[in-house]
Amino acid sequence: MSPPKETVVAALIVLGALFVFLGSVGLARLPDFLTRLHGPTKATTIGVGAILLASAIFFSGSESTAVSLHELAILLFLFITAPITAHLLAKAALHRQVRRDDLTDGGTPTADDADAAERQVAQPSSPRGPDGGRERANDEAGQQDR
Amino acid sequence: MLNAALEIAFVLIAAAQALNLYRLLRGPDLCDRILALDTLGISAIALLVLFGIRSASTAYFEAALLLALLGFVGTVALCKFLLRGDIIE
Amino acid sequence: MRHRLLPRPLLSLGIFLVWALITNAASLALLVLGGVLALVVPQLTAPFWPEPPRLVRPLAALRLLAVFACDIVTANWRVARQVIGPLHRLSPAFVEVPLELRDPFVATLLASVVSLTPGTVAIDVDRSNWILLVHALDAPDPRALIDEIRERYERPLREIFAC
Repeated sequence: MSPPKETVVAALIVLGALFVFLGSVGLARLPDFLTRLHGPTKATTIGVGAILLASAIFFSGSESTAVSLHELAILLFLFITAPITAHLLAKAALHRQVRRDDLTDGGTPTADDADAAERQVAQPSSPRGPDGGRERANDEAGQQDR
Repeated sequence: MLNAALEIAFVLIAAAQALNLYRLLRGPDLCDRILALDTLGISAIALLVLFGIRSASTAYFEAALLLALLGFVGTVALCKFLLRGDIIE
Repeated sequence: MRHRLLPRPLLSLGIFLVWALITNAASLALLVLGGVLALVVPQLTAPFWPEPPRLVRPLAALRLLAVFACDIVTANWRVARQVIGPLHRLSPAFVEVPLELRDPFVATLLASVVSLTPGTVAIDVDRSNWILLVHALDAPDPRALIDEIRERYERPLREIFAC
């Protein structure tokens, strides 16, 4: 393998691993759930992204394959699914927070969290369109409020 | 140089997984545990890809892809359970 | 005729590209199989797809993609520093972003872009009032964050899909 290519691959690997690590530091360190959500969903995506990119460069131009791009399929998949995971987790957390006001027993929930949790409940009570079933979480929060 | 980079990366990701495990065991909420599991899965993908580079074999690619697929489906299922299962009970 | 053969040209292209990616485009036979899939799958799934908005300006889409990629890198750097820095200086906040777009698909795209940009997670799209609920890791000035999301992402998206 040519030296410049090796340098690029090595740099991407270290950079990616560093971001994976920092994402987990955020997960372990940040005070409450909604802030914790910011650590891993982001840093991990770019961290794994850099490592996958390194892999794609590494396997390209070797004797078996001219171009190796299948790592990009994993990358594409992660970039599509990461927002969905974050969205569902945030929804589940707020939903549980509505049920039990004391969500955190270690961190410090902010007043904003409680406000938004209430707003989640308040939303479905506004007049609903014919497609009322579309936001199931909101609907259920509403049912539970009654 | 590539080998040194791989060593550093393995150490960093192992530390990351230890931190994830800490959050998984400590909680406090179920949502935290699910998030920790999801992150554990994603860092496992990184580990698999690094193994692939180290052994210069593309056989790890399918495993990484499967882990990405199953991790996502599992996380979504767990979240859905939190959102709906609680209500029915 | 062409319309009936390719009801969703972009979907067909996407399927073909993803097939080429996961098989690593190893042989001509696999590429042909990918082409067959790209023709058949949109036909079979046509009844399930909601009517998508039309991609009016592909070049603007490419530009937004470039801006988005840069933002991911810079914001990742910022979040990484915040995570290892002192935590008490962070001011996490819920921010309500009033939207001007009125299309569920484009709203989903916007929410995904906001979620992928580090430091912000889109939590809910209120489709009766068209408000995007965003949680920010550090938003000392919510007004600025609202303007940034609307200027940087929403307006290009509205241009791209003309909605």
